[in-house]
Amino acid sequence: MKVRVDPEKCQGHNRCYSLAPELFEVDDYGYASAAGDGVVPPELAEKARLAAANCPEYAVIIDEDG
Amino acid sequence: MATAPDARPPVGDWATDYDIFDPAYCADPGPIWADLRDRCPVAHTERWGGSYLPTRYEDVAELARLVPALSNQLPIVVPPVPITDPVTGEVIRARPHIPPISSDPPFHGPARRLILPAFSPQAVATHEPYTRDLADRLVDGFAARGRCDGAVEFAQQIPPRVIAHLLGVDENRADRPGSGVSPDTMIEWVRGLLEFGATNPELRIATAQKIFAFWGAEVAERRAQPGDDFISELLRGDLDGEPVDDDHAVATCNLLLIAGIDTTWSSIGSALWHLATHPGDRERLVAEPELLPMAVEELLRVYSPVTMGRLATEDVTVDGVTIPAGSRVLMNFPAANRDPAQFPDPDTVVIDRAHNRHVAFGIGIHRCAGSNLARMEMQVALSVFLERLPEFHLDVTGPVTWCGGQVRGPRTLPLVFPTP
Repeated sequence: MKVRVDPEKCQGHNRCYSLAPELFEVDDYGYASAAGDGVVPPELAEKARLAAANCPEYAVIIDEDG
Repeated sequence: MATAPDARPPVGDWATDYDIFDPAYCADPGPIWADLRDRCPVAHTERWGGSYLPTRYEDVAELARLVPALSNQLPIVVPPVPITDPVTGEVIRARPHIPPISSDPPFHGPARRLILPAFSPQAVATHEPYTRDLADRLVDGFAARGRCDGAVEFAQQIPPRVIAHLLGVDENRADRPGSGVSPDTMIEWVRGLLEFGATNPELRIATAQKIFAFWGAEVAERRAQPGDDFISELLRGDLDGEPVDDDHAVATCNLLLIAGIDTTWSSIGSALWHLATHPGDRERLVAEPELLPMAVEELLRVYSPVTMGRLATEDVTVDGVTIPAGSRVLMNFPAANRDPAQFPDPDTVVIDRAHNRHVAFGIGIHRCAGSNLARMEMQVALSVFLERLPEFHLDVTGPVTWCGGQVRGPRTLPLVFPTP
């Protein structure tokens, strides 16, 4: 599984970062991106899905086969 | 001229005659939204200068992204009143100027980038120890009494002090203990602008004049002798390469005052009201404090405090309803968050609701810049209250009062608890 953040959609709500700080990082302005290469370890898969399901901008994108 | 709330004719049909200051709407707007969502879904009223009120999640989200067709030049929910200089009578502001929430692109971007770093998760974390200590001190003040007003003595006391602390101004300016509204405090100013002032233009003007004088002096002081506080940082900042002048600094301080106080105060108060009246949820959070971050999001969803205003600069059609150019639109984020099409069982608080794309902080480019600060204050306030006074209940002998309109939340909230 891989996760990424669409920078065109992210408005800095930080919902992903607060739910799954292991998988996301935020810049000084609060905009989020995937941590590292975005690969999600199996034990964090549920957290990644939770982050996606809580983004009001639909900016968190999960690739289940990534 | 405003009419006193109790002197207005009662609402006939909410779809064509809604009143956002109606006591029934302030106390419990959920059933009114549910009715409108089913049969309307975008209501209209001639009251308070006339406006349109969407009620469905998809409609609110679509409208929030219609920039600049829906302009932020009128972010308040009532028509603007010109603010005059008390000495010269000259108009200082014809409409609210609290950038970036009152700004449209292209100015919106630089005005927002100026303040965002102060509200990143990392920056907000530096204010957490102060907030926790403050919440503890507040509980110290009433714990032995076995009762408190959770709205006045706790919720109301936290955001103004955190904002004063963040801005680097005297904490005693936030509020003073005691009953009523303490004069010359941030609490008086916020209520004079947004709560009592929303329906009383004269009060709004007089309050704005006091606030301008206060921020003007604070900014002049930092300009002469810069420190390491937020206002001094503002004055060192830039707007796309242009220096920040005193007027912009005063306007930005105004934004923090208007956006950062009664909003979070209302959220903390509503959350306490919910936990005081839903012992199952309270007991679960005491037993499983790790659920608090999710619970805060869910409480923000069900008890979203803030409705914002927009001005249509062209005809806009949403869900089959055409909103003519020149109309004011109320961004009904609280109703969007109760839409059953987006949230199953929307009126029920589900402490660990997994799918929760709530829009309590807005959506799109005007997402609340202070949302991380608000979230931290709520988590700390509730965590301290639940740790120190885990068995609190509503005192059914005392009245609970709600204010609403631009910001909804309890203003009196009698609570009882066993003394520690």
